[in-house]
Order: sequence, then C-alpha cells, then structure tokens
Amino acid sequence: MSAYAATDDHDHNYINWEKGFWSWWMSIDHKRIGLMYLGTMLMFFAIGGFFALLVRIELFTPGETIMGAADYNTAFTLHGVVMIFLFIVPGIPATLGNFLLPLMIGAKDVAFPRLNRLSYWLYVLSGGVAVLAIVFRLDTGWTFYAPYSVQNSTAVVAATTAAFLGGFASILTGVNFLVTIHNMRAPGMHWGRLPLFVWTLYATAILQVVATPVIGITLLLLILENVFGLGVFDPDLGGDPVLFEHMFWFYSHPVVYIMILPAMGIVSEIIPVFSRKPIFGYRAIVYASVGIAAISFLVWGHHMFVAGMANLTRYIFSFLTFFVAVPTAVKVFNWISTLYKGSVTWDSPMLYALSFVFLFLIAGCTGIHLATLSTDAHYHDTYFVVAHFHYTIQGGAVIGLLGGLHFWFSKMFGRMYNEKLAKVGWLFLFIGFNGAFLPMFILGMEGMPRRYFDYPVEFTTLHQMATIGAFVNGLGYLFVFGNLGYAVFRGKKAGTNPYESLSLEWQTPSPPAHDNWETIPIVTDWTYGYGKPEDDESHAGH
Amino acid sequence: MGHDESLPPGHFSYFEPEQAYHSSKLGMWIFLATEVHLFGGLFAAFAIYRWRYLEQFNEFAQTLNWKLGALNTVFLLSSSYWMVRAVDAAQKGLNKKVIKYCNITLLFGCGFFVVKFFEYKAKLTHVPPIVPSTHVFYGLYYTMTGLHAVHVLVGVVAIWWVRGLAKKNRYSPVYYTPVEVVGLYWHLVDVVWIYLYPVLYLLAGVSLGVATAH
Repeated sequence: MSAYAATDDHDHNYINWEKGFWSWWMSIDHKRIGLMYLGTMLMFFAIGGFFALLVRIELFTPGETIMGAADYNTAFTLHGVVMIFLFIVPGIPATLGNFLLPLMIGAKDVAFPRLNRLSYWLYVLSGGVAVLAIVFRLDTGWTFYAPYSVQNSTAVVAATTAAFLGGFASILTGVNFLVTIHNMRAPGMHWGRLPLFVWTLYATAILQVVATPVIGITLLLLILENVFGLGVFDPDLGGDPVLFEHMFWFYSHPVVYIMILPAMGIVSEIIPVFSRKPIFGYRAIVYASVGIAAISFLVWGHHMFVAGMANLTRYIFSFLTFFVAVPTAVKVFNWISTLYKGSVTWDSPMLYALSFVFLFLIAGCTGIHLATLSTDAHYHDTYFVVAHFHYTIQGGAVIGLLGGLHFWFSKMFGRMYNEKLAKVGWLFLFIGFNGAFLPMFILGMEGMPRRYFDYPVEFTTLHQMATIGAFVNGLGYLFVFGNLGYAVFRGKKAGTNPYESLSLEWQTPSPPAHDNWETIPIVTDWTYGYGKPEDDESHAGH
Repeated sequence: MGHDESLPPGHFSYFEPEQAYHSSKLGMWIFLATEVHLFGGLFAAFAIYRWRYLEQFNEFAQTLNWKLGALNTVFLLSSSYWMVRAVDAAQKGLNKKVIKYCNITLLFGCGFFVVKFFEYKAKLTHVPPIVPSTHVFYGLYYTMTGLHAVHVLVGVVAIWWVRGLAKKNRYSPVYYTPVEVVGLYWHLVDVVWIYLYPVLYLLAGVSLGVATAH
C-alpha cells in the first residue's frame, strides 16, 4: 500500500495511481468511475448506432431491402432501448458530471463514493440484462406500450428489468450529486458562484430523484403484469393501457431534460471561455435551469394528445408545453448575448457548443408544432416527431457531450487531440446529422408514419437522403472517436489549462491527482470573470 | 459514513465527521422522497381502479382480514418506537442498549412476516385460490403489500447490520449515523404501511356512503 504515499508526487495522477483491472473496477474515485461510465456508455452507443444503421439500410428502398418486417421491428426497438436506457440516460451526469463535479466545487470526491461505485456496477448489470433483450428480440418499441408489451413476455421482462436496474443507478447518481452540491462545496463556493454546469447537474439530479421512481414502479407493474397477470395494463383483464402511457411519460418526459440540461450546462461553460467574456445573465440561466426542471414534470400529456384525453386537459398540457419554451429561450438568448462583442475563437469545443445552439433551436422550434393541438393531430407518430426528437437528443445532448469531451479532454487525460482532425470530424458529424434528419421533417409533414417497415415509392428519395446522411453521421462519429481514442494514448502532452479557463477544475494539474486537491481551495470569485482586469467581486453582470 | 479500515486512507478522511453525518442524513431523506414516489405510483393506480370498479373493490376489500392487518399495524408501530429508543441510546453511546432495542425492533419486524405469511396463505389456499390475476384489486393488493414486505425485509437486514456495529462498540455521542439513518428508513416503511392498511383493508363500503363495520 505504499502507493498511498505518492499523492504528493506530481508525476502521480489518478490514472497511474494504481494499476490493473481491479484497481479500476473497485475504485471509489469519482474520476475513475466517470471514465469507466464513459467507456461502457460509448460501447453501447456503438451498438445502438449499429442498429440505427440497420434501420436506415432497410429503409433505403420501399419493401424489403435487407430484412423482413419482424427483424425491422426488432432493429428499431433495440436502437431505441440501447440508446435511451444505456447511453443517454446515464449520459452526461454519469460521465463528465462524475469526473468534474467535485473538481468544480473544490471537493475531494462526491458525498458517497461507494454509492457512486454501486451506481456503476448496477449500470453494468443493467447492460448485461439488456443483452437478453437483444437475444430474445424485443420488438415493442422503446416505449413498451401496453397491451402489446404484455404479449411478448420474455423479451419485455428482460428489457424492463434492465431499465429498472439502470433507473436505480440513475437515482443513486442523483442522490449523490444533490448531497455533494449541498454539503461538499469548498469555502467561498457559495450558490451564486457555482459554475453553471454544476447548476444544471443539480437540476438534473432533482429530475433523476423525483421522476425515476415513477418509471421504476411502472416497469415493475409491467413485469408483474407479464409474470402474474395483474390486470393493471392489460385490457383483457380489465386494465387500462392508457394508464401505462400516463405513468410511462410522467418519467419519460422529464427524462429528456435529464439528457439535455447537462448539455446546456456544458455549453454555458464553453461559450464564455471561447468568447473571453463573462457569461451573460448568470442568474437567469440558473433560474431557467431549475425552471425547466420544474415545468418538465407538468407536460407529459403532450405525448398523448391523440390517445384519448379530456379537451380541458389537452389545453392545459399544450399551454404548459409552450411555457417550457420560455426558460429554454432565455438560455439561448443568454448564450447569444455572451457571444456578442466577444473575441470568439473557433476551437473544436466551441464548434460543438455553437452547433448545439443551432441544432437545439431547430429542435425547439419544431417542438412548437408538436405542442399545438391542431398540428399535433397531423404530426403525431410521424417522422416529424422522429426528426424533432433526434434534433433534441443527438443535436442537443450528444453534441453537448462531444463538446464537453473535447473541452475537458486534456483535463481528463493530460493530452491533446489533433485539433484539425477534430474539426474535420465535427464537419462530417454536422453535415451527416442534418442530412439524416432534415429530410425526416419533410417526410413527416407528408405523412410518413414512424416505425413503418414499408413506404410509398414517392418517399424513396427523401428516405435515401436520410440513409446517406446517417452513414455520413456514423463516419463522423468514427472519425471523432478515432481522433480522441488515439489521443488518449498518443496525444501530445497538454498544458494544465490550454484554454485559460478561470474555472476551478482547471486549477488542478491535468490529469488531476488521485485526491484532487492537496488542500481544499478557498474560492474568492465566480468562474466567469473573463476579459476584465483583476477586478475583485464586481461581476456586476448578474 | 464510517471510517472503514479496509479502505484506502485517502478517500474517507476527506470528510469531516460533521459533514459526513449531515450528508448521510440528507442522502437518506432524498432517498425516502424517491420511495414516496415509488409507492405513489401504486396508490395512484389503486385510486384510479377503485373509482372504476367501485363495487368490486368494496366487495373484495371485505375478503381481506382486517384483524391481521391491525395486528401488523401494531407490530410496525411498536417496532418504530423501539427503533427510536435505539437511536436515542446510540446518541448517548450506550451500545448495549442499542443491541437490546434493535432486538426488540427485529422481533416485531419478524412478527410482521409471520402474520403476513398466514394472510397470504389464507388467500392462496382459498377455494378457488385468490391470486393476483383474480381481479385487478388483488393484483394491486399483492403488489402493494408485496413491495412493502420487500422494504420491511431490507429494513430488517439493515437493522441487523446496525446491531452488529453496536456489538463492536462503534457508537458514541460523536458517531451514531448508521442507527439514525436506518431509523429514518424504518419509519418510512412504517408510514407506508399506515397508508396501505386503511386504503386496502378499511375502505370497504365507505364511498357508498355506508360506514360498514365488519
């Protein structure tokens, strides 16, 4: 155990602190857990992406292209289940959040390091169980709508058990982060100085803690329904399938904010650094983050406008859905105002941050069509929804994650990726992504229903554009992760703080030492004081 | 969060005892909030189906044995009282008393399972057997009481662990976090039952405007 003594030595960091598989698997270090989460998650991202490409190949021509209708149902279901429950739900909080939260608030670890490790173990277990769903060929769609989901028991039970375990992991992360942010902040790091990424992690953690138990009980009821025939969701037994939809979306709407809020936090960190200006409207962004979290609980009904609902309920859900656009727009305006008159540099993290704003704007504006009762009746369950959703989650959450990975890469590994290749990768991604999903808006408007195996011949061109776009998109990911993966081992050594960020996490060596800080830092200012002379407390901007 | 010798010294000496205590308590409270939402989904489903199948729900509720349910209520309330005594003893560092009070708590907890066993047995050996698929009322009855029983079981294991630490004389006026945190959890299990019991056993006939005594 002599290694413990080495923490004073600057050549030792959290990566080379101890070696071997078990030193990682058993580690309670938030940085290692974050990296393990990242590695496992990206593996599932690749699997989910593989299924997405299968779907796109199949849709290249009308009728059967490479697989039959039943296989197609399995392919799009597994794409959804893997991407949602194993990739983007743990998403940014479990990876960058885990790695950065204690560093950003000046703590040596999260409040419950062992729970953090348990969260990762449960996540791995959930991934293992999910493989069974692949084996048994789940074909319900990722939403598990009853009554079909009570007729296909084995695969549904496997997939929902996996999602249940994943939910447990998510709750543990949420509890951990809430307590960490409340109790572990360094002296001087008061609430008004918290980095915005931390604020969004806080809002996300509230969502994880409040919403996840509801999907837990919903999935448990679905499992029991399949095993014992409870009669809660199965209409043959007197149950109500619409109740399943209500309970499912009570979680699954807030969960899109679990995915997107931390990405907004990342963008709020990147934009000030690369425009050398203090973030505009710090407080407004904080309130907007918490406000989005609060309102997100009250809009689930917009997934069910055509599923049978009283008109008054429809109006309320529609209004609240519009309302959630307000805090979201507040953020967009603040980011743009931060850019205004800044000295903007176009490094790859900034490219991702700006594409986030651009793509998320499209996502938000198309959301208005879906929140409007009259137009939703037409767009519901069409490719318009598919496109809107992917603009939010891939164009938002995934692009945000990539921005964060590029921004904090040298923090995590002490090395720098090839900037030129990073930009080329970004270009592929951006073109491919828009190529894949812009045509889907048009397909949806023209009436192409989602999840259909076949389509009329006149949709062929748009479908083929989408398929080609999806492959360019996939190439982009290969390129980006190839570049980053190579740099993990062979990248040039990076300085401690290559972007001259003022944030606390950059004040440690890169990569950080095992226990982050030799002595807990004392915070005297907020983190966004760019472009000003050493000018004490007066961050009058907020 | 204790100082466990098996862990690297680095990580756990990070936290001041005070900070660790408050963190553990806050963490448990947040976790309890998630439990409320977990059971909340079931209560919501119960309310919806009771409204939809009012007559059947009233009829089936009368097949539940309210006396055994009452006995279990007494068991859980008593166990909660002794849990409070255990927390109090731990705060004073009286490890022997912690063991004693945990024993009593555990006894009531196990008593709960004995009663539950006879309740379930009566349902399953009934002719014809009453199973979850008999009616959505029983589906929810088994799910709600079953999920609650799982929580009681987890509580019993946790109290056993707390008792083990007392055997090692670990509690003192400056360190009693495990007892307090497990106590919080145990009270939640109790509170859930306090809602479950009237909702499942005692609501028979009430909303028909007749306060049926049975």
